Amino acid sequence: MSTPDNELAEKRIVVQCDDLCFRYGKPWVLEEVSFEVTEGESLCVIGPNGGGKSTLLKILLGLLDPGRGSLRIFGESCEKARSRIGYVPQSMQFDRMFPISALDIVLMGRLDRLRVGRFSRECRAVAMESLDEVGLADIAQRPFSDLSGGQRQRVMIARALACEPELLLLDEPTANVDLSVEEQFLETLVELRKKMTILVVTHDLDIVSLIGDSVLCVNHRVHRHSLPLSGDTIKEIYSGRRRLEHDRRTRHVQGDHSACQHD
Amino acid sequence: MTEFLEAIQNVPLIRYALLAGIVSSLTFGVVGTFVVTRRIGYIAAAIAHSILGGIGASIYFSRVYELAWLTPMVGAVIAALLSAGVIGWVSLRTSEREDTIIGAIWAFGMAAGLLFIHYAPGKAVNLESYIFGDILLTSKSDVIATVVLAAIILTLVGLFYHKLVAVCFDEEFARLRGISSDFYYLLLLMITAISMVLLVRVAGIILSLALLVLPAATASRFSRHMWVVMLIALGLALVYNAGGLAVSFALDTPTGPFIVLVASVVYGLSFLLKGRR
Repeated sequence: MSTPDNELAEKRIVVQCDDLCFRYGKPWVLEEVSFEVTEGESLCVIGPNGGGKSTLLKILLGLLDPGRGSLRIFGESCEKARSRIGYVPQSMQFDRMFPISALDIVLMGRLDRLRVGRFSRECRAVAMESLDEVGLADIAQRPFSDLSGGQRQRVMIARALACEPELLLLDEPTANVDLSVEEQFLETLVELRKKMTILVVTHDLDIVSLIGDSVLCVNHRVHRHSLPLSGDTIKEIYSGRRRLEHDRRTRHVQGDHSACQHD
Repeated sequence: MTEFLEAIQNVPLIRYALLAGIVSSLTFGVVGTFVVTRRIGYIAAAIAHSILGGIGASIYFSRVYELAWLTPMVGAVIAALLSAGVIGWVSLRTSEREDTIIGAIWAFGMAAGLLFIHYAPGKAVNLESYIFGDILLTSKSDVIATVVLAAIILTLVGLFYHKLVAVCFDEEFARLRGISSDFYYLLLLMITAISMVLLVRVAGIILSLALLVLPAATASRFSRHMWVVMLIALGLALVYNAGGLAVSFALDTPTGPFIVLVASVVYGLSFLLKGRR
């Protein structure tokens, strides 16, 4: 007979966040943040700008130290868990003029295997596979500056895949991506969802409905919603718009999530 | 031209100048590409100006305390590495604005250099050759030093090429992959610093930046692959240096300004040709 406890034990916990607090200066940016992500789950992190999404992401990556509370990934500290995480930043932050090919960017995902000199044949093979996985194998040698917004974003995903990650973290992957190329991009995400645990910060309802198992609403504190969100909830949170400006409508003050319907 | 070829065979000075120019060109193309893509041209310029401080100090102390080993080249290398270290440390570890510290190092180096040279005993120092460059003053020991420094730079770049590129392109991601971004950024600044010493030898303090940046900037108009840009930049620097030396020898014009003028014109033309992207 399997008890609920046994079921829990079967699904490994990937991210375990307990009572996490963080501040840059005096005011707390994040307070009493607790949530967990189990293996194979894909969690969408939403919330207003300035609500602490990016900060939470940076803490997950071990780039910021939490002031209080604990955050373990794969049971390890964030810094130690890094090698098992694939991170996809927003592709807009990069210098378009930088003379570099798609393949060379993807190879950066293998940097931890490189000591000096050239990348090994095995690393190059993994990088090519990763490009193939996002449907860009044929443009491997194309310079970054020649790629479309959607292609650039997929190159960033391929780079994260080249890390052979167990957990994929994405930061607003469809921001600045053409709607016309987005479909292909979303297909890529749907495929990836079957293979690994995903945590994606997003403003995009398409992503939430396509790949989200549940939603973490971050605004100073966090609240978790299970999916599918009811139509009313969506309307409440996103004021009925597809590509949402969650913020303006539901500007929760001090973690007030009255607009969100909780489970 | 035949005169120049004859001079190469007969006049050691010309031979040294040509050799130093060729060897240092190899580094300019490679390092210049990093400097252009990482957009740290002004740091390179500050380092170049701080080199005068090192040259001045080495002349002063070597004459006052009779330190034969303290050549201007040694002083230049020390000053360049020190400034690169200070600029890197300030921009990575403190909240001071980077352009402020760049300006401070820039002026401090020049001021210190001018004062040291003013108070240095013995025969007057030919300041102009440092400020505007005079590759014809290259001695045999200079050539050896150039070869050693260039070898150090090229070896470091060869070993850490992918890590340097990664840190230039996306510091954060490199750090997440276990690369010490700070270390490789500082390494890049150090490599740039040593290149500036070689450049100052060829083109002088004021013109050195142009010779580092222009070949790479011109090359980056024609390719979007880092190593191709490096190769083109390297070729351009080679042509500028060797060609500039030959032409200025034939026409009896100062070498540095002539080279920089040609490099600027070629860059301008490349911009007109391929600028609209």
